[in-house]
Amino acid sequence: MPDPRTDAITCGDTEDDAKVDPVTLSRRDFLTAVGMAAAGFLAGCSPEVREAYLQKHFLELSPPEVEARLGRLHADYAKRFGTQVQVSALPAQPGVVFGYALDLSRCIGCRRCVYACVKENNQSRNPQIQWIRVLEMEKKKGIDFEAANPYYNPEQVPDPEHFYLPVACQQCRTPQCTRVCPVGATWQEPDGIVVIDYDWCIGCRCCMSACPYGARHFNWGEPEVPAAELNPNMHVLGNRPRPRGVVEKCTFCIQRVRAGRYPACVEICPVGARKFGNLLDPESEIARILREKRVFVLKAELKTEPKFYYFYGI
Amino acid sequence: MGPLQFIATSARFVLRGGKAYWLWVGFLVALIVWGVLAYIDQFNSGLIVTNMRDQVSWAFYIGNFTFLVGVAAAAVVLVIPAYIYHWGPIKEVALLGEILAISAIVMCLLFVVVDMGRPDRFWHLIPVIGHMNFPSSVLAWDVVVLNIYLVLNLVIVTHILYRGMQGRSYNQRLVVPLVLFSIPAAVGIHTVTAFIYAGLPGRPYWNASILAPRFLCSAFCSGPAVMLVLFQILQRTTNIAIKDAAIWKVAELMAYAMFINLFLLGAEIFKEYYSATEHLIHFQYLFTGIHGHHALVPYAWAFVCCGISAFLLFLFPATRRNVVTLNLGCLLIYASVYIEKGMGLVMPAFTPDTLGEIYEYTPTLHELRIGAGIFSTGFLVFTVLCRIAIPILTGQFAAVHAHAGRDSLRGRLTTAPTPHQPSAAGGRHL
Repeated sequence: MPDPRTDAITCGDTEDDAKVDPVTLSRRDFLTAVGMAAAGFLAGCSPEVREAYLQKHFLELSPPEVEARLGRLHADYAKRFGTQVQVSALPAQPGVVFGYALDLSRCIGCRRCVYACVKENNQSRNPQIQWIRVLEMEKKKGIDFEAANPYYNPEQVPDPEHFYLPVACQQCRTPQCTRVCPVGATWQEPDGIVVIDYDWCIGCRCCMSACPYGARHFNWGEPEVPAAELNPNMHVLGNRPRPRGVVEKCTFCIQRVRAGRYPACVEICPVGARKFGNLLDPESEIARILREKRVFVLKAELKTEPKFYYFYGI
Repeated sequence: MGPLQFIATSARFVLRGGKAYWLWVGFLVALIVWGVLAYIDQFNSGLIVTNMRDQVSWAFYIGNFTFLVGVAAAAVVLVIPAYIYHWGPIKEVALLGEILAISAIVMCLLFVVVDMGRPDRFWHLIPVIGHMNFPSSVLAWDVVVLNIYLVLNLVIVTHILYRGMQGRSYNQRLVVPLVLFSIPAAVGIHTVTAFIYAGLPGRPYWNASILAPRFLCSAFCSGPAVMLVLFQILQRTTNIAIKDAAIWKVAELMAYAMFINLFLLGAEIFKEYYSATEHLIHFQYLFTGIHGHHALVPYAWAFVCCGISAFLLFLFPATRRNVVTLNLGCLLIYASVYIEKGMGLVMPAFTPDTLGEIYEYTPTLHELRIGAGIFSTGFLVFTVLCRIAIPILTGQFAAVHAHAGRDSLRGRLTTAPTPHQPSAAGGRHL
């Protein structure tokens, strides 16, 4: 009686093969083929592309690797924008947790903060991305998102019937967005700023579904920033130009605040509605507001515990 | 028979067919090419070619993904009776259910990939070389369970076919534990998918305990509906022996699932409309429209009406055993769940968005083309696997091999089976 396992003569068909689980073998062959193809593809790329593609998660980089990445970014932006830029990777300072407060009784809805933010943080002009959304609310309804209008356009602001509520990233203490990210591309830094590694984000947009404040924005198309308007003072986790297909949001102007400056929106606000400082420093402006004013946070029932407070100062 | 020969033999089955078969394959390949061309566009310009925007950041792709996870999970409806109760008629078609699960998971994974902003970085998800945010991220869990479920079904199907080609019955010690494990895995994939949505406090439309049970119930309606139609097609186009009793049994199970599905929907609608909190607005957008936006209203009522009519058709034995009303019911329930788990699940949660803005989304032609291409890929996978499985199930395998001109195989196939080894005509033994 012929044994099918030994008398079938086909290439590579040995007795050993017959005992191997066919799935693992064909899968191994398949993975080898894919691996070879990928290796071949990467070998054919320029070293810059290869390095960029294979780079590690930001938090796993050693100091020399961080330097190498900053060098690559400098070269890349110099080529793309024809100008010298400075990309910093300045870490959080010990003893600092940033907090923000916004005086709703002062805000006049002029949107200067929106445009200062766009300029400072190199947001795409086309398609348009804006990290701050100013909502026009009806005075008689109070804070009611259902009745809010972000596209208000009267002759003059403030309109007597309305008040204004600017919303950006609330820098939550228990952020929903970092919890859901499948690759850990967004996390909270020791100084409380929630950041995104634009080179690690896979663009699944889970964080956008999770954010209760509409603070996260996606690069649906290729972001466009005119070279003449590029802000050359950048932070690697902040306002450096983003690639297409990743998520971005407010970082409290990480490139400014870690260097001891105010966020751009605080500086530009013509009525002084925006307050900022170190929550851990009892002498700071933000700590004083929390002591002396009665503040509230948006959607407190969700327990996101924002470090962005609203109050009525007058 | 080694793996290479197994592949070669399988390829021979796939490449043999009549005019109708090649027309069908050609049609699928044409749609796939049409979809791939659209995807190349999307890959080059970004997701801007879709109508998704920040306000509606998931849409057509993720809706289809969610629906298809349900279809994949529903294979378990056949597996439980087939393997646990050894109920004869279903046993013969359980393998086809597993093949459908493989096809559905392939579609799921493709829908996720086309939805990614940076598909080139998919390796970031892979543990060890990447940085998987496990166990914190439910999406990471979903990636794990979907791939486990895919591998499980691939191993089971490949093993049964491989043994079938050798004219042997499958190895019980391998298959039975894997099949038993595939039952919680099937429940797991759809539960975890539901948890992706239900775990988001910022989206009240999804943030409901009832979501996972509703997912499972609707899956046990839509998945078997696909299978029943496929079984009848196979009954007519191949000589596979699928008994009517098997089809009626599945239809009966579907009737129970449909009742629970409608009941849970009703429970959710009662809670929202009677308590009428700020969360109600998403249901209002779906069923009545808000502030002059009613894009979803016709679809909403379509899924409710289709669901109720299908339930009535499946409730009475007379109508669920009649060929016309059975298939009408299958079509109705499929349409109902497709609308409800696609547009009806994803769109209302984003409308209005978290800051109250209403952005009405409709898919672009790019999205529809890519979706059609993915569905065609799934159908092609199913067709190819059935092409291999059916000759083995029906015992045609021996006849095909008589013409293959391979002495070794012919020698083996004319060997009398030992008492413990069924013959190649082993449809009964699967």
